[in-house]
Amino acid sequence: MKITLRPLALAAAFVAGFAAVLTGPAQALVEIDVNKGNIEPLPIAITDFLAADATGAEISEIVAADLRRSGLFAPIDKGAFIEKISNPDVAPRFEDWKVINAQALATGRVTQEADGRLRVEFRLWDTFAGQQMLGEQFFASQTNKRRVAHIIADAIYERLTGEKGYFDTRIVFIDESGPKNQRKKRLAIMDQDGANVRYLSDGRSIALTPRFSPTRQEITYMSYESGQPKVYLLQIETGQRELVGNFPGMTFAPRFSPDGQKVIMSLLRDDGNSNIYTLDLRSRSTTRLTDSNAIDTSPSYSPDGNQIVFTSDRGGRAQIYVMNADGSNQRRISFGDGSYSTPVWSPRGDLVAFTKQTGGQFAIGVMRTDGSGERILSSGFLEEGPTWAPNGRVLMFFREAAGSGGPRLYSIDLTGRNQQPVPAPNFASDPAWSPLLE
Amino acid sequence: MRRSAALIKIPAVIALFAALTVAGCASKNNVPNNAADLGLGSATPGSTQEFTVNVGDRIFFDTDSSVVRADAQQTLAKQAQWLKQYPNYSPVTIEGHADERGTREYNLALGARRAAAARDFLVSQGIAASRLKTISYGKERPVAVCDNISCWSQNRRAVTVLQGGAGS
Repeated sequence: MKITLRPLALAAAFVAGFAAVLTGPAQALVEIDVNKGNIEPLPIAITDFLAADATGAEISEIVAADLRRSGLFAPIDKGAFIEKISNPDVAPRFEDWKVINAQALATGRVTQEADGRLRVEFRLWDTFAGQQMLGEQFFASQTNKRRVAHIIADAIYERLTGEKGYFDTRIVFIDESGPKNQRKKRLAIMDQDGANVRYLSDGRSIALTPRFSPTRQEITYMSYESGQPKVYLLQIETGQRELVGNFPGMTFAPRFSPDGQKVIMSLLRDDGNSNIYTLDLRSRSTTRLTDSNAIDTSPSYSPDGNQIVFTSDRGGRAQIYVMNADGSNQRRISFGDGSYSTPVWSPRGDLVAFTKQTGGQFAIGVMRTDGSGERILSSGFLEEGPTWAPNGRVLMFFREAAGSGGPRLYSIDLTGRNQQPVPAPNFASDPAWSPLLE
Repeated sequence: MRRSAALIKIPAVIALFAALTVAGCASKNNVPNNAADLGLGSATPGSTQEFTVNVGDRIFFDTDSSVVRADAQQTLAKQAQWLKQYPNYSPVTIEGHADERGTREYNLALGARRAAAARDFLVSQGIAASRLKTISYGKERPVAVCDNISCWSQNRRAVTVLQGGAGS
């Protein structure tokens, strides 16, 4: 999975005029304020990268699709383009792009190195300022061309919004097939745009709630493969599996700590209640964090590792609580109508996403970590299980309509705008977003 | 209580619903616990079929509750009596289930609590705890599939599953 990245200098004759752009982190002239409630997507032209074969067009299509799905960009129909880019090393005719209202323009070239690797060069232009904003080149194997496209989309997104992108990421999820009362639930992984689906379990036993390690190509999930439902670790590349801990009862609702060194999860007590434990993956020591005569589950660490948000029904019905990482200072933070569960701490640290049930409906929402500022982003018959994109701007969750159908994945912006179905081969649930790939 | 929208897969329950259509409501809880309430025919004594049909292999719970209701206590008392009579069935596994109106992880915990509640009641009736196992399926194994409360009440259940038996 090696993709090398080099800054791309302009051709010598061109450098003089644009030295200022190349020497410093120039202020973007084109900008998108992602925090505005209702923004117009930015018109952008993504030209087919020059190439001897279809690879250049494929890469630009993937870049355009990523940017379009973000809701922040409106890639312009290629049929409207006036200038045909024949040499990506020289400045485009900015007037030709301003006429079609392209605020930004991406150009590039794909060539093959002697060793077979692809060399992908790309530039991003500010058409109204008449300046280059980005120039980069990548070396990657043929099989990684989709990743190169996602990395370019991330670079454009970051340059124009000031926020990190999230396109070079993957989703681990549960693939669901077959009738509802005998449904096969398999562990699966795909790129965030639905490409490259790969199965990680065979479907002979139920697998649920996969989550990515923040530091390794590893997931933790729950499975019935031994007969008893238990939490496992799985190395994504090798397929190696390992039981997490040696607990007598059911273990479930696993997640990693932000340093990747612990798994936090629920352990069923013999009396039928569930408490939250951590298992240190190096020392194998276990620590009990809650001890209530209630259901304590769905723990999720704050990104600094100092706090944990979780679900408990200790007050009578499911609500969201926060505690310190050592289990001290447990306090309820959700006080709205209905019940709350599946809290997930935002990667930025400022918000908690949750599932809410009220008035016979389910909803996905966010609140601040003290419980204030609750906002519902989406609601319906059954909506559940939010997961954050690594930049904390976008959430993914699963939704199911009433009846004998099944769940599907959706993404939605933190503002509640731009709800989009996420393609998957079958019914799908329990999405978990990876960190940005290395 | 016409719940024709329900798609029921268990034969005993289909029979139960068919009988209800003729006989009307047979239980104060709207959803009878088992076919035995309807006086369906008897099965071979000591068979799993007898346990399922005449004794009743499952109990039902209220929404988001693991309290063993009075009607469920009657069923479990009959189960205990039968299990004492046929000690060759061992181990006995109690499966706890939840309806779809909860989140996946919470419902795994809720199913576990229901299974434990049923187990504890059987123990209180004299069944050895060592003979009883529990497992939760949360909302992952609905028996009835539909979008209304008649199905959900069928799915909020603890099912007593027999292993072993006459030949083993």
